[in-house]
Amino acid sequence: MKLISRLADPRYYQVAVLTTLLGIGVFVLDFGIRWQNAVAIILTAQAAQFICSRLSGLPRFDPMSALITSLSLTLLLRTELIALAVAAAAIAISSKFIIRVNGKHVFNPANAALVTLMLLSDYAWVSSGQWGSAAIGAFGLACLGFLVLTRARRAETTIAFLACYGALLFGRALWLGDPISIPVHQLQNGALLIFAFFMISDPKTTPDAAIGRVVFAALVAAVAFTIQFIFYQPNGPILALILSAPLVPVIDALLQGTHYRWENPDAQSSTHLKGVQT
Amino acid sequence: MKFFITTLTALVTVMVTTTAQAFCGFYVARADTSLFNRASQVVLVRDDNRTVITMANDFEGEARDFAVVIPVPSMIEREQINVGDRAIIQHLDAYTSPRLVEYHDGDPCARYDREELMSQDAALPAAAKELKRSARSRGVTIEASYTVGEYDILILSANQSNGLIRWLNENGYNIPSGAERVVDSYLGQGMRFFVARVNIQEQSKLGFQYLRPLQVAYESNKFMLPIRLGTLNAQGKQELYVYALTRTGRVETTNYRTVKLPTNVEVPEFVEGEFADFYRDMFTRQTQKENERAVFLEYAWDMAWCDPCAADPLSHEELRKLGVFWLGDNEQEAQRRMQPRAQNVFVTRLHLRYDAEHFPEDLMFQETGDRQNYQGRYVIRHPWKGEASCDLTQYDASVRERQEREAQLLANMTGWDIADIRGKIPFAGGIRPETVKEPWWKRIWD
Repeated sequence: MKLISRLADPRYYQVAVLTTLLGIGVFVLDFGIRWQNAVAIILTAQAAQFICSRLSGLPRFDPMSALITSLSLTLLLRTELIALAVAAAAIAISSKFIIRVNGKHVFNPANAALVTLMLLSDYAWVSSGQWGSAAIGAFGLACLGFLVLTRARRAETTIAFLACYGALLFGRALWLGDPISIPVHQLQNGALLIFAFFMISDPKTTPDAAIGRVVFAALVAAVAFTIQFIFYQPNGPILALILSAPLVPVIDALLQGTHYRWENPDAQSSTHLKGVQT
Repeated sequence: MKFFITTLTALVTVMVTTTAQAFCGFYVARADTSLFNRASQVVLVRDDNRTVITMANDFEGEARDFAVVIPVPSMIEREQINVGDRAIIQHLDAYTSPRLVEYHDGDPCARYDREELMSQDAALPAAAKELKRSARSRGVTIEASYTVGEYDILILSANQSNGLIRWLNENGYNIPSGAERVVDSYLGQGMRFFVARVNIQEQSKLGFQYLRPLQVAYESNKFMLPIRLGTLNAQGKQELYVYALTRTGRVETTNYRTVKLPTNVEVPEFVEGEFADFYRDMFTRQTQKENERAVFLEYAWDMAWCDPCAADPLSHEELRKLGVFWLGDNEQEAQRRMQPRAQNVFVTRLHLRYDAEHFPEDLMFQETGDRQNYQGRYVIRHPWKGEASCDLTQYDASVRERQEREAQLLANMTGWDIADIRGKIPFAGGIRPETVKEPWWKRIWD
């Protein structure tokens, strides 16, 4: 029984897929992930999770979410300075415990850390083009596999985001008279897929109601498109998510839904657990 | 008069020339960027949202037939256009070029000693010397008139830009098919255009035998290089070198993979005489490995120094002329502050081979915080050739092992035939190492 309930937790699949991606990135694509950074991020995140759990009186220490945050950060964050990698992990985890509204944390932890470091330091960046198109096929399969394995629970956020963002890209090409190869190329971006499958999809920081999640994903897509193609700044989706996140409590207030619990994603109960959930 | 159209540099869209079809034939294989046909060079100086772009022209037709249409990300005024100094780009090319270094084994009978002997002179023979010499020449004062240097510049306002195609047609410029769509797309993205034509009288007055690079300074969020117009003519793939000069760190493309070329590799001695062929074939092989969709990093270094130097770092004055606007105005002042070399300038050299199929979208860049130095460096280790005062059997065996390893690496990097490579290696002691016969399937997937 315990094993079945564990397998119901989609985080195990997330960890498996992210670790595979990390392996491809380091050993096949060689795109500049430093193992020292990976170790520093994982250790700091676990330590921060442990300390914050104790301080906030959580009944038990749950390493899984912090591990997923660490893997996302390792995949996306580039820096030469190990201190910044440590800072990223610390910011990510502590933001979960500090910035909360109605028992939910507001910002996706990895997202909050990435944006904070990119804004505050010249020495941290996101390499969005480093996956290359050759890896995209395998990458897409891994992500789709993830959807199938988790039986598409709460996958509407990912699907709505990709559909809206894709529609905007194709619409832009149509309006400009560009060949279709341009939006297709723009969608073949590894960082975009990591974002869509492992960041915006985070059920803890998206609205509780399904319709709310679709509205939220569409909003993030529109803001990302604006940043990327009207203001011509890189990393549109990552910036869009942090800008849109404060609207999640508003959407939650307007649309009733079920609070998400990792351990039992199918639960329909609307009662919230006491204490802080991460 | 009948005009033929071709495209030349990444930014050049319309070239009017009667000798367009012939220009591919003028190239002579040399080191540096001239190794590749149809190579264009662009220097991008970027900080915040300010950009100064310098476009080097490899046009070798009749100057009076030369006209280019250049897209720029924002509206520009006359003062934003300048004519640069070609020698500075050649110096930048030489400074950032992939380099061959050589070591000589010490006397194996004494003690094993490695000594770094050289930098560029043997590696990049004639070309580098010539580049070094020409880099010393000074720029020319540009006249502050509507005619900038040898160019007549036609800045088209927004309204005129919209009628750009019509205007070009009315003025006898034939547009390559497909150009209209791309121009429309650029206009839709808020880009503007200007036309530069050579003023023959001015050119003969100035006395230049070649076209000097055009420079444009503009303010825009777009850190990009429009390459789509350069892909319109079906003349095959083109080479593009982008030198980015930034304040913080390495520049990379955000919409294509930026890959480091193999470096610090030991190569057989004969590569010294075939360095150009080696580099060209190695580059081709690497582009194929990346499915012809990658941008390659050839150099990333703090402009203040180099090791080994293929050419001296650019001077304060040269950098100022390239548009590095954050440097102080006064060289004396810089020297007084004990800064003989420019500070706060990081140079990134990117090299790509592109066509419309593999690079459908313009190049978008970002500056990263990466200040790690990188250079394309290839190493030759010469075995000891002096008098032997002891038994060299053991030493020769180790040299042969090294030579065989180098042969295999070279074959792997360039796709050259391993038997040909072995044939060119003078194996130590005159003994060819016994090579295990390769299984037939070993290279079928290459």
